[in-house]
Amino acid sequence: MTDITPFLKKLLTAPGLSGYEDPAAEIISACWTPLVQETSRGKAGSLHGIQRGTGASPRPSVMIATHMDAIGLMVTGISDSFLRLTDVGGVDPRVLPGTLVTVYASGAGTAHPIPGVVIQPPVRLLPPEIGLNPVPLEYLFVDTGLPRRQIEKIVRVGDLVSFAQPPIELSGETISGHTLDNRASVAALTVCLEELQSRPHVWDVWAVASAQEEVGAIGAIGSTFELRPSIAIVLDVTWAKGPGTNDWNSSPMGKGPTLCMGPNIHPALHKAMKDLADRLEIPYGLEYAPRHTGTDGYSTQVSAEGVPTLVMGIPLRYMHTPVEVVAVKDIQRAGRLLAEFIAGLSADFMEKITWDD
Amino acid sequence: MPTFGNAQLKLLEKLCNASAVSGDEGEVRKIILEELKGRGGDTRVDALGNVLVTHPGSGKKRLKVMLTAHMDEVGFMLVADDGEGLFRFETVGGMDIRQLPGKAVLVGKEHLPGVIGARPIHLTTAEELRQKIPLDALRIDIGPAGGKVFPGDRATFATRFQRNGPVLIAKALDNRLGIVTLLELFKNAPTNIDLLVAFTVQEEIGLRGARVAAYTFNPDLAITVDATPANDLPTWDGEENISYNTKLGLGPAIYIADSSTLCDPRLVRHLSETARLGKLPFQIRQPGGGGTDAGSIHMARAGIPSVSVSVPHRYSHTAASIARMDDWKNTYSLLQAALSRITPELLESGRA
Repeated sequence: MTDITPFLKKLLTAPGLSGYEDPAAEIISACWTPLVQETSRGKAGSLHGIQRGTGASPRPSVMIATHMDAIGLMVTGISDSFLRLTDVGGVDPRVLPGTLVTVYASGAGTAHPIPGVVIQPPVRLLPPEIGLNPVPLEYLFVDTGLPRRQIEKIVRVGDLVSFAQPPIELSGETISGHTLDNRASVAALTVCLEELQSRPHVWDVWAVASAQEEVGAIGAIGSTFELRPSIAIVLDVTWAKGPGTNDWNSSPMGKGPTLCMGPNIHPALHKAMKDLADRLEIPYGLEYAPRHTGTDGYSTQVSAEGVPTLVMGIPLRYMHTPVEVVAVKDIQRAGRLLAEFIAGLSADFMEKITWDD
Repeated sequence: MPTFGNAQLKLLEKLCNASAVSGDEGEVRKIILEELKGRGGDTRVDALGNVLVTHPGSGKKRLKVMLTAHMDEVGFMLVADDGEGLFRFETVGGMDIRQLPGKAVLVGKEHLPGVIGARPIHLTTAEELRQKIPLDALRIDIGPAGGKVFPGDRATFATRFQRNGPVLIAKALDNRLGIVTLLELFKNAPTNIDLLVAFTVQEEIGLRGARVAAYTFNPDLAITVDATPANDLPTWDGEENISYNTKLGLGPAIYIADSSTLCDPRLVRHLSETARLGKLPFQIRQPGGGGTDAGSIHMARAGIPSVSVSVPHRYSHTAASIARMDDWKNTYSLLQAALSRITPELLESGRA
């Protein structure tokens, strides 16, 4: 297997906020083109790639959905030379002050990247009740340092603001950066596609980098409808154990991907994947989602006539901050497990996806 | 007159990217000593780690003029090893802990990368969101394999210097802007005065280096060069911002009073007159809080007439501060002109 880290680091530098995924889709498409027979963009913005199977037509198909969209910020107004903000996807305003960002200024035509910083105004310029408490997003600004006359020329309301934290390699083969949620999973899917180059598979494989997950798993709805897969496997990041996060709903980082259980997941698919991981001795954790998985699986399951769905996770620390952390090993293991699963899908596998009542 | 260009920017970049938390200023000291090498003058490092260098003048009656800029920056010290690459830490210097979550840091002499994370928003209650994240809930995470860093090691924000046209974005612009300014003033020292330059330690934790440097130099007068906040932002309710301290783009900020020093009026006058004569932009820093090395210098020995001049910059003591190239250049130009105009008569005039 080739080292996935350079691809992942490159992907982490692309903005691709929800609804504006093109910059990420272009990098992923270039990487996938030699690994799939065709790529295309879905109507809702997702990137689709197909690796055709060896089975007789019409073949069953598996869709692997990994969302490519990033959380970030958007300009809602300009005060003097300072940009007011709203969030795209869920951002804790308490991590924003001092965060380096890139403003994609559209006023002069095509979006032009400008470096800036999210800033917290001094206490005397804020409502007195805020004092030393966290400053709500409505009072934070982005400052580019440029003078007002220039800002008024180049920045428009609606311009996108992405995190600019460059990816960092930490010890123990871990990577930190923004948007590892969920480009770590896009990287795992890429590992899977590479593995499948040398593994014959009966089923068609739809590799999907889905759009707009962070604003309600929107892209996956369209992709599932367009592609009509026999089953859907959703790979997203999950909360890793770490500072401040040690409850039942967190999983250890570096100890393998998680297999999720709950109403969004078809139990037969879960069991098939778990049995496979046990047989191959690929480490994994079990994850429990009593209600909504908070992933594309929430959408794929109920698209069209309904699709049996499996949800897997890659444990990630500090989710939705600019310094998320993930273990490269978990990405590789998730990719390999997916490839093994796909290679093992027989022509009659759907007959095993039953309700064992 | 020499102008600020690429050479000075390169040096500023190198200095901003270096780590020099109060008490551990070695990296910046090393860069300064390299810059001073072969430039003449008597260079030494004193008991606290201040770099002291002198340039004697050649006129008959000369004042001994001390210039200071602090080398240290705010940052962190690791204080406990929780295992698996996680460390508890304390802040060094005045920092707002609301500025810490979600930032990348560099730890120890080897600059090992680390991050300060935060609990995912998905797992955070509405009540928690109203509270700031306490320092004891934060960790510096260098990755699960750990590394050769230990409690006692310092850490700084990992922000790398960037320039966008007229805009400089970096950590520690406070006070690497002052350091480069002093280096250039020393390299182009006027001969009408004895120039005594101190690159000081431990400013951010109580102006401690400057105190002993002033004793050692025993100057006739002192000028501190620092970076001061420009709080020139809109107010939340659209009212006029009446506590901006300084404004970006209006030039060097001359101090009249801060929380620790009433600047010598003769020196304030000398600086503002110099600016007017040279048609150089300047602003008076709003008298009020804050402070510089002048706070300890003006009380050294029998009292030393002191003044401060700062480059205005926004978001001091955070991961990323912002300054403008012109304000920095004009600070240098003002000081250069002011030094060359100093005569013994300056201190013989009245204080009123």
